[in-house]
Amino acid sequence: MTTNQPTPKPAAQPGKPAASQVQKEDAMWLQKEMINKNYHDLAVAHDVGRKVSATFVPGNLNELLMCFDFARSLPETNALQNGLRKKSGKMIMDAEREGHSEDVCTYVKADLGMMQAGQIGPTGEKLPVPDVLVLSYTGCFTFMKWFELVRQKYDCETTMLHVPYQGDGKISENMVQYVVKQLKEEVIPTLERVSGVKFDIDRLREYMKESVNAEEDLVAVLQSAKNRPSPIDGYFGGVYYIGPMFTAFRGTPEASKFYSVLRGEIEERVRRKQGPITPDGEMTEEKYRLVVEGPPNWTSFRDFWKMFYEDGAVVVASTYSKVGGVYDFGFRHDADHPLESLARYCLGCYTNLNFPQRIDMICKYIDEYQADGLLINSIKSCNSFSAGQLLMLREVEKRTGKPAAFVESDLVDPRYFSAANIKNRLESYFQMINQKRRATAGAATAH
Amino acid sequence: MSLKEVVGRCEALFEDLHFKSVRDWKAAAPGRKAIGFMPIYVPREIIHAAGMLPVGIFGGGDQIEVIQGDAYYQSYICRIPRSTIELGVTGRLDGLDGMLFPSICDVIRNLSGMWQIMFKDKYVRYFDVPQNFKDGVGGEYYVHEMEILRDDLAKLAGREVTDDDLRNSIRVYNDNRKAVRDLYAYRAQKPWQAPTSEVYLVVRAGMVLPPEEHTTLVREYIAAAESENRPRRDNARVVLTGSFCEQPPLGLIKSIEMAGCYIVDDDFHLVTRWHLQDVEVDGNPLWNLSKSFLHRSADTPSKYTERREDKGRFLVESVRKSGAEGVVFAAASFCDPALLERPMLLEVLDKHGIPYTAFKFAENTGQMAPIREQAGTFADSIKLWSAA
Ligand code: SF4
Ligand code: SF4
Repeated sequence: MTTNQPTPKPAAQPGKPAASQVQKEDAMWLQKEMINKNYHDLAVAHDVGRKVSATFVPGNLNELLMCFDFARSLPETNALQNGLRKKSGKMIMDAEREGHSEDVCTYVKADLGMMQAGQIGPTGEKLPVPDVLVLSYTGCFTFMKWFELVRQKYDCETTMLHVPYQGDGKISENMVQYVVKQLKEEVIPTLERVSGVKFDIDRLREYMKESVNAEEDLVAVLQSAKNRPSPIDGYFGGVYYIGPMFTAFRGTPEASKFYSVLRGEIEERVRRKQGPITPDGEMTEEKYRLVVEGPPNWTSFRDFWKMFYEDGAVVVASTYSKVGGVYDFGFRHDADHPLESLARYCLGCYTNLNFPQRIDMICKYIDEYQADGLLINSIKSCNSFSAGQLLMLREVEKRTGKPAAFVESDLVDPRYFSAANIKNRLESYFQMINQKRRATAGAATAH
Repeated sequence: MSLKEVVGRCEALFEDLHFKSVRDWKAAAPGRKAIGFMPIYVPREIIHAAGMLPVGIFGGGDQIEVIQGDAYYQSYICRIPRSTIELGVTGRLDGLDGMLFPSICDVIRNLSGMWQIMFKDKYVRYFDVPQNFKDGVGGEYYVHEMEILRDDLAKLAGREVTDDDLRNSIRVYNDNRKAVRDLYAYRAQKPWQAPTSEVYLVVRAGMVLPPEEHTTLVREYIAAAESENRPRRDNARVVLTGSFCEQPPLGLIKSIEMAGCYIVDDDFHLVTRWHLQDVEVDGNPLWNLSKSFLHRSADTPSKYTERREDKGRFLVESVRKSGAEGVVFAAASFCDPALLERPMLLEVLDKHGIPYTAFKFAENTGQMAPIREQAGTFADSIKLWSAA
């Protein structure tokens, strides 16, 4: 699973003070620069004698990888970037032609298809073959197969970090110790060997302190959606906000700077009671406040988003913006207990939560963000997210009394995005919310 | 018992999706309890040591119409979770006092949480197994997880589960595993005497019978099969793989055989053959189970392959040991572990010059003709190939 940044261009807003526009553009430009620079760093890594690591978004050990000077690649991000640029469809079909099943996760196939076509990355630069695959399969079994497939092809060194699932809805000491031991006995020695850099725990502590700054600001940004109107969209905009945090930047000064600029910008929007910025400019009327479960569709990202903001729907909270770490319930990287903290970070990612926890989280969001209901975007590719979502829908409706709706699409396979279908479902969902409001208002006057 | 009687009994157990045999077993003595588990593997010894009956739940096959279960799953998710829910919501699993969901894939994993919500009065546990195979790392973690299970079941049973209870259960299951291994060896040797359509039922009976009783039944089957004189055909010998979780309908297994294949090894009911050798009895029982799991257990897509060169080795060895001439890769539709593993396995088979064919099924697949045709063509090509 993962994240990223569709870089919504704010439309010119006549009459708005210049300061806020500049700030907005600052955050956006910063992020764009960061992403491009990371792709370039990857492209030239081997030329400048740098080793390259690849790892997944949920449970990514970015601070640790930085301790070994790795250039850092995240294959899910590559896949979604290719999805946004409408390149993934061909990659997926190429992988299927090579014998990969049409039934399995399309992120994997987009990645394998990209390799087949010569590893040309989303920005057009050739991506290197990783020197080490850091296989943390937090929250999803597919990750394990994904890197086994990459290893089969490139014979890369692979190190596994098994993160146990929170089946009982809690993190036990046994789980933490298991992850810590793997870090000490497997992951760190492998990273030392591949990179030739000795592990320095103080360096890790420093990166973690930096992470905390950014984490604080990210939480403030995400929670700003509790305001009315919400100054952000916590799903479509949210993927832009989580970008640096969930990828190669957590723990860097650039990320801290990005989040502090972003936070300033959002707080300014709160003060001005402004709605979120969409690709077509500011959303001026907030009619519906939704919580969304499930990843977005990347190949038609803008069209999908438009179906919301055109009707005045803003997503106030999403579970997807927690795949690379759940920070809004208090977790922060802890420089005083670095390895335990890495373990707890991995164990706490959204898809590593059990079903009752996921449902609790959604109900809590509906309550705390005063949402009108839940929308599930069910992803064909992704069993980790999707299996059981229909029960989730019924449970959330039962517990909150708020209407829930279900649409289906895929992450990066354009064949599974049916705009008309989704649009219809959303329209009837909005009607449902209106009916519910009328009924509640009616009941209130009847008393 | 005659062959017909043994097979008849197994067939009746297979078809009984109300699990009457489990209910009868429980009713035979006060306080008895039964714990269900899903594929692929749980340490049944711990359940048995608590005086309980481990019951393998392998979905509803093609024998029940899934009505309510479909309301829980999108079309792009495999069949077994929905038919298992169907079994649950229609009361067919009421005889179970708990359910274990092993870490096989995201679908079963999520089902564990759904079960917690849907069957609140039952014991439910997601049972994680290590993907790190060092004793001091994965082993320690695993022993601890087994201790939790042991304590939970002791509480449920209202009595302690001692090390001696566990040692005794390990012994019982070693006997059972030996019997199943013998049965597999016998079938590999004389597949015409022990067709897979029967062997499947005999092993499946072990999912509901107490292990002691099942061991006797397996032995009876081998003896009865040996006493028959069945015609030997010029069939192709194949290993069937990919069906470790959702099960193909029995009709599909029959179709493959009728198309001219002898299935001489498979990955059905892997729990019965998970430990490749006897588990050590003396010493700390949980550590013995752990060591056997880490160092001497079967390979399957849900288990991490630490070294690239080991990928597919288990399958290639199975082909070699069973004297197979080819591999039939039969995976459930939408089964991520099986289907993501498939290209890697096929590449290894290619390297070893082992022919294969691959198809997908669903537990309620009704149309056998295309599969029979594919298996038939495959069998013919193997025969031609080996004649050349
Ligand atoms: S199955 Fe889902 S969580 Fe796993 S890699 Fe694919 S998209 Fe990500
Ligand atoms: S059939 Fe495959 S995907 Fe479905 S539950 Fe079993 S292992 Fe998981």
